[in-house]
Amino acid sequence: MARLIRTEKEVEGRYEEVWLVVEEDALDQWPAGPGEVVGRPATRVTGPMRARGEARFTADIQLPGMLHAAVLRSPHAHARVTKIDFERALAAPGVRATVGPGDAPTLTAEPGFQGQAVAAIAADSDRQARAALELVEVEWEVREPLTDPEEAVRRGQLVSEASRYERGDVDKALAQADIVVEAEYRTQTVLHNSFEPHQSVCEWRGDGLDVYISTQFIWGVRDEVASKLDLPPDKVRVVCEFMGGGFGSKNGAGDHTYVAAELAKRTGRPVRCALTRREENVATGNRNSTIQRLTAAARSDGTLVALVGDYVNATGWDGWPAPTDGPMKMLYDCENVRTVLSPAKINTPPMRAFRAPGFVEGTFGLECLLDELAARLDIDPLELRRRNYAHSTDDRPFSSKNLMECYRRAEPHWQRRAEVRGRSEGPWKRGVGLASQIWYGGGGPPSYAWVRVGSDGRATVITAMQDIGTGTATAMTQIAAEELGLPLERVELVLGDSARGPYASISAGSSTTPSMGPAVRSAAADAARQIIEIAAQRYDRETRILSLKDGKIVSSEGGSWRIEDVVGLLEDAQILGKGARGPNPAGMQVLTFGVQVAEVAVDVETGEIRVERVAAIHDVGRVINPLGASSQVEGGIIQGIGHTLSEDRLLDPASGITLNQTLDAYRLPTIADVPEIVSELLDIPDEHLTNLGSKGLGEPPIVPVAAAIANAIRDATGADVRSLPISREEMLRALREAREREKEKRGAPAAV
Amino acid sequence: MALKVNGQSYEVDAPVGRTLAETLREDLGLTGTKVACAEGHCGACTVLLDGVPVYSCITLLHTVGEREVTTIEGLRDHPLVDAFVRADALQCGFCTPGQIVSASALVESNPQPSSDEIRHAMAGNLCRCGTYPKIEEAITTWQG
Repeated sequence: MARLIRTEKEVEGRYEEVWLVVEEDALDQWPAGPGEVVGRPATRVTGPMRARGEARFTADIQLPGMLHAAVLRSPHAHARVTKIDFERALAAPGVRATVGPGDAPTLTAEPGFQGQAVAAIAADSDRQARAALELVEVEWEVREPLTDPEEAVRRGQLVSEASRYERGDVDKALAQADIVVEAEYRTQTVLHNSFEPHQSVCEWRGDGLDVYISTQFIWGVRDEVASKLDLPPDKVRVVCEFMGGGFGSKNGAGDHTYVAAELAKRTGRPVRCALTRREENVATGNRNSTIQRLTAAARSDGTLVALVGDYVNATGWDGWPAPTDGPMKMLYDCENVRTVLSPAKINTPPMRAFRAPGFVEGTFGLECLLDELAARLDIDPLELRRRNYAHSTDDRPFSSKNLMECYRRAEPHWQRRAEVRGRSEGPWKRGVGLASQIWYGGGGPPSYAWVRVGSDGRATVITAMQDIGTGTATAMTQIAAEELGLPLERVELVLGDSARGPYASISAGSSTTPSMGPAVRSAAADAARQIIEIAAQRYDRETRILSLKDGKIVSSEGGSWRIEDVVGLLEDAQILGKGARGPNPAGMQVLTFGVQVAEVAVDVETGEIRVERVAAIHDVGRVINPLGASSQVEGGIIQGIGHTLSEDRLLDPASGITLNQTLDAYRLPTIADVPEIVSELLDIPDEHLTNLGSKGLGEPPIVPVAAAIANAIRDATGADVRSLPISREEMLRALREAREREKEKRGAPAAV
Repeated sequence: MALKVNGQSYEVDAPVGRTLAETLREDLGLTGTKVACAEGHCGACTVLLDGVPVYSCITLLHTVGEREVTTIEGLRDHPLVDAFVRADALQCGFCTPGQIVSASALVESNPQPSSDEIRHAMAGNLCRCGTYPKIEEAITTWQG
C-alpha cells in the first residue's frame, strides 16, 4: 500500500515541508566497504561512446528539415528598443521566420544587460541566420547602466531583500574578545564555459513539443516550458542523452529553448538554437563577484567568540542570492554570528548557480580570515580549526560528520611544511596552506527508477535522469548490479528522455547520486525480490534462504540456479521492479565536509604563482565508484585553480560590456597548469541517509581550493592576498603591503 | 572539390568561407569532431591533416587540398581510445575526441612521451571538466 508521509526537503540550506509516498519496508544499508561492484573502481559505462565520438550530444542532433535560429542580443547593458524592423532580414537568403520582443518568453524590448535576448531569426543554415541578424534594424534608447554593486546596495536596488542572520550577542562578544581581526575580501566574476554551448532543438509533433536540450534538469525544463507555453506537462517531452558540461549554468530552459519552440511553431519545422562561445560568455550566467567585509573575534586560546560578515553579491540583472554567508554560519562552533547578505541588482549578466555557488566565494573569505587570525595568535592553523569544531548548527545535528578524521588524515600533508619551505630558492618562496570545506550534497526526494530483468538474465535500469559528465550513469549501473548480484556488464542504463522513464532529480547541488542512487537500489531490490519469489515457488524453497549473487539465485542450504534459467521459464516475460527515493533524516542536516592542503611556489620578484601540489580529503559518505570519484575531485580542484589564479570576467564599468568573451582572453587552466593532486575519500556511509549512505561529490572539491592556495601563499611569503584572481598584480600588491607592515613593525618609516 | 577523409574520397561543396569542421559535421555526418568555441582557442575540433593536428573550426575547406584528413572516426580502433576509457580521462566527453586526435599525433612521433612533453603537446586542447591528470595517465599508458 502506498504510505503517505509529510517530510522535509532541503535545497541549498532552505527547508520546506513536502508530501512523499514511501515504501513499507526501507532497505537496510549495505555494510561499509567495497561490495562486489559498488565501492570498486569502474570505468565509465558511456566512456567508449564518448571517446570514439559516437555519443550523440544535443549539438549533434540533426532532424529532417531542421532550421537554425540565431538570437539578436542587446549590445547595450541597459537600453530600450524603440523600433525594430525585420523587413530586410526577412528578405535575406534562407530566412524563414523572425520573432521579436513579446513573441516568445524571454524576448524583451527592455534589456537590462549586454547579451539579453531581444529577437531571433530562423534560416536554412546557421550562417544565414547570423548574417540576417545584421539586417534587423533596431533603434535603441540607450540608458545609463548601473554596474557598481555597492552603489546598487546604497540605492536599495537588490534582486531580493537583504538576508540578515544573527545568533548570540555579537556586540558583547566583540567587546570581550582578546583579539579581533578584520579584513575585506573580494572575489571575481567567473564564467562556466561548459564545452557544449547552450542549445536546444525544438520540434512540434501534433499538439506536443519535443525539446532536445543540453540540460542539467530534464524535468525542470519540462515543467518550465509547459508552464510558460501553457501546455500540459506531459505534452512537453525533454531529451538529453549526452550532455557536454553545465557546472550549474544549465538548470533552466534558457532563452534558446523558447526561441526555438516559437520559431518551430511558426515555420512548422524543427529549429535548433545554439549559442556561440561569445554568447555563452554573456548570456548564460556566471559565478557572481562578491565583496566580503569580515570580522573574527577570539580568545587568546583561539576559541572563536564572534564572526561578523557583511556580504555584497554582484548578482546581476536577475538571479538569486547565492549563500556567500553560508560557511560563516555553519563551519565553526561559534556562539555569536551576525551576517548580512545583499544581492545587488545591476546591469550585468545574471548570476547562475556555479559549482557550490556562494560557498566557494564565502569559504575563500572565511578560511583566509581564519589563517590571518591564526597568524596573529601564533596558533597552528589546523589546530585553530580543531579547537572550533562544530557538532551541530542551529540545534540541527549533522546526519554524519567526519571532518575531524579528515583533519587527522591531512596531518601528513600538513607536516610537509618545513620541507616545502626549505625548498625555497632565490626569488621562489614555497609554502603550505589549508582550508576546510562544508557544503550540502544530501539530495532528496522525489526521484524514481525502474528496473527490467529479461529472460536472458540481463537488467536494464530506466530513469529519465541526465548524466552531465560526472559519471552518475556508471554509479547507477553499479548500484543496480550490486543489488541484483549481476556483473556490471550485464546491466544497462537508459536515461535522458522524459517520455521513456520516470521523474528524476536535478543534476545540481551534488544531488544526482544521493537522490537517484537510493531509487535505483530500491527498484533493483524490487526486481530481485520477485526473482527470488519465482525461484522459491519453482524449486520449492523458502524465500528467506535465497539470495542473488554472481548472476545466480543461491540457496544458503546449498544449490544455485542461473538467473536466466529462472526468468527464462517465463519466455518473453520481464521482471519489472520499481523504486523511489525515500526521505532524508528528519530534523537533521545532511552536509559534506573536507579539507585541502595546497603547496605553492611564489616568485616574489614577478608575482608568478605556481600551485605544486594539492591534497584533498573529503567526507561524502559511501563512495560508489572510487575511479570516477577521484576524477570529480581532480576536476573540482583544477576548476578551483582557474578560479584562484587566472579566470576573470572583465567588464567595462562605464558601459557594462564584457571585454573577454573568448577563450583566448578568458583564461581556463590548461594541462600545463595542473599540480600533483592527491585525493582521499573517507568512504564512511552516512548511517542516517537513505539505503546507501552516499552523499554527492560534484561540488565539495572546488569549495576550499582558493583559500588553501591563498593560505599557502601567506605561508610562503607572509603576504595576505585578499582578492581573486590572485593575479601578479594582486600578488605584488600583497607583497608590498607585507613589506611595509614589516618595516612599520621594526619602527622604520613606511616606504612609499 | 575532392576531400580525403579517413581513407575515403568525397566530393563536397566548398563555398567561400566553409570550414573543414562544418563540412565534416554537416555534409559528411562525422559528428565525432566537436565544435566548442569555433574560433581556434580550445582544440575540441582537432583533426589531423597528413598526420598534423589542426583546429578544423578555423581551417578553411579550400586550403585542405590533397592532404588526408583523419578524424576521431578514423581513430576508433587506436589504442588511445581504450587508454582514455581505462584511465577515466573523460568526463562530459565533449573535448575528448579532440584530445585523442591530438594525442595520436604525439604518440605517433614520440611513443613514450615524458610528462613535460605531454603537457607541451596537449596544452592546446582545453578541458573544462579538468580531466588533465587522467589524460596524462592515459597517454603515458597508451600501449597497455
